[in-house]
Amino acid sequence: MTDTFTPPTRFAVPGRIAVSNGTAGHWQTATLTEIRRETPRAATFRFAVPAWAGHLPGQHLMLRLTAADGYTAQRHYSIASAPDDSGHIELTLDHVEGGEVSGWFHTEARPGDRVEVRGPLSGFFAWPADRAALLVGAGSGVVPLMSMVRHHRASGLSVPVRLLVSARSPEELIYAREYGAETTPVFTRAAPRGVPVGRMTAAHVAPLLDAAPPGGWEAYVCGSNAFAEHASRLLVAAGQPVDRIRIERFG
Amino acid sequence: MNVTRGFTGRPRVDNPGLPPGQYDTGDDWPVLSAEVTPDLAPADWTFRVDGLVEAPRTWDWEQAHALPASAYEGDIHCVTSWSKFGVRFGGVSLDAFLEQVRPLPAATHAVAYAHTGYTTNLPLADLTGGRAWIAWEYDGRPLPPEHGGPARLLVPHLYFWKSAKWIAGIRLLDHDEPGFWEQNGYHARGNPWEEQRYSGD
Ligand SMILES: Cc1cc2nc3c(=O)[nH]c(=O)nc-3n(C[C@H](O)[C@H](O)[C@H](O)COP(=O)(O)OP(=O)(O)OC[C@H]3O[C@@H](n4cnc5c(N)ncnc54)[C@H](O)[C@@H]3O)c2cc1C
Repeated sequence: MTDTFTPPTRFAVPGRIAVSNGTAGHWQTATLTEIRRETPRAATFRFAVPAWAGHLPGQHLMLRLTAADGYTAQRHYSIASAPDDSGHIELTLDHVEGGEVSGWFHTEARPGDRVEVRGPLSGFFAWPADRAALLVGAGSGVVPLMSMVRHHRASGLSVPVRLLVSARSPEELIYAREYGAETTPVFTRAAPRGVPVGRMTAAHVAPLLDAAPPGGWEAYVCGSNAFAEHASRLLVAAGQPVDRIRIERFG
Repeated sequence: MNVTRGFTGRPRVDNPGLPPGQYDTGDDWPVLSAEVTPDLAPADWTFRVDGLVEAPRTWDWEQAHALPASAYEGDIHCVTSWSKFGVRFGGVSLDAFLEQVRPLPAATHAVAYAHTGYTTNLPLADLTGGRAWIAWEYDGRPLPPEHGGPARLLVPHLYFWKSAKWIAGIRLLDHDEPGFWEQNGYHARGNPWEEQRYSGD
């Protein structure tokens, strides 16, 4: 029996994006060069990684901090920057209450500090910019989606991209200044005058699906598990095929 | 060693149950799956074992529950760095299913696949000898859908991406065939004690 086994149901494994075993398996030093505040709870950390092999928008990396006694903590972080920012990558971290790694970043880190990274990892959530993309994110879940939007913009691509992003309030909307006509923000606690307050509903999703380009959307959903469950169900209910929804859950 | 300036880490107790690079997630049980959680009722769930076996077979919910119950009590480890201690799963040992289909001597590996189409590969030896279960209970209650309910594969000695949620079947093969995450750069086996996270580890 040598033929490839295909399970009885289809699943959204895209035209597979090769992940280089070499880069995935190898730790390299990333030097912090800049810290930019995004919101009261989130900041962007820019790193010089001279030998960075490049990534596709949507991919993440593994980051490792090492204590003097040899103890290490490693966490996954999505890459926020567009792929063509050569030799540099940016991460945007939420300050998680009591968080071991995000806590270090938000209270200790300063330019010149060095951490270790390995990646890019996982081709599944990557967007090779080959199909129309409907991006749905909440909180720091917008990070990998922003890499896609930035790539789209920087490369002047014409393939349609729409971003539906949920935040508690305008002050907590990460990358607020950078969004353009492709983006619809949804505010759950406080909104600018005239904008309704509440969670993402079918009414946000339906118009985007109605306006789907020929061939439909490839949907990318990213955020907390609760958000991912909610948003992916909205998409399915609105007619988006399950096998064209990719989900990245931050846990 | 590349010490990170100013990083001390959380106060820690020496925990021999924690594989390298893991932390204790406590009461949390993070959900990590790449697909939409399926609406799968027990009545619609089936489990099939085929490929290199003498007698391929499909079990439905009732038939699977008629097999001798078997529980797992112990720890689980996710490749995203959390481990969870002292969890209790209830279900049936995979040995009970394999006994009925009788694997052929040529069978060395397996591909486990989910009702969503997710796949993961395992050496057959990791599925036998009381080391793997089909689990439908967690902590004495039905397994929640986002954690793979109504039933998932449970291979607790490997990273948890091997424990395919919404398990639909296992096909025995005479060769190793990378599954979903393995095609996306993850390690073929995924032993947490050897930190087999990504291919090349
Ligand atoms: C693929 C992927 C991509 C991701 N991308 C991003 C991203 O772009 N941006 C981002 O901000 N996050 C991202 N995350 C989440 C990220 O990996 C971390 O989970 C997050 O930064 C929290 O890590 P931490 O070390 O700060 O918190 P942890 O120390 O892991 O703590 C998490 C929570 O558990 C509690 N906790 C756990 N153990 C203890 C303990 N012993 N004592 C006290 N409290 C405890 C903490 O209080 C806190 O609420 C991503 C996750 C994944 C899987």
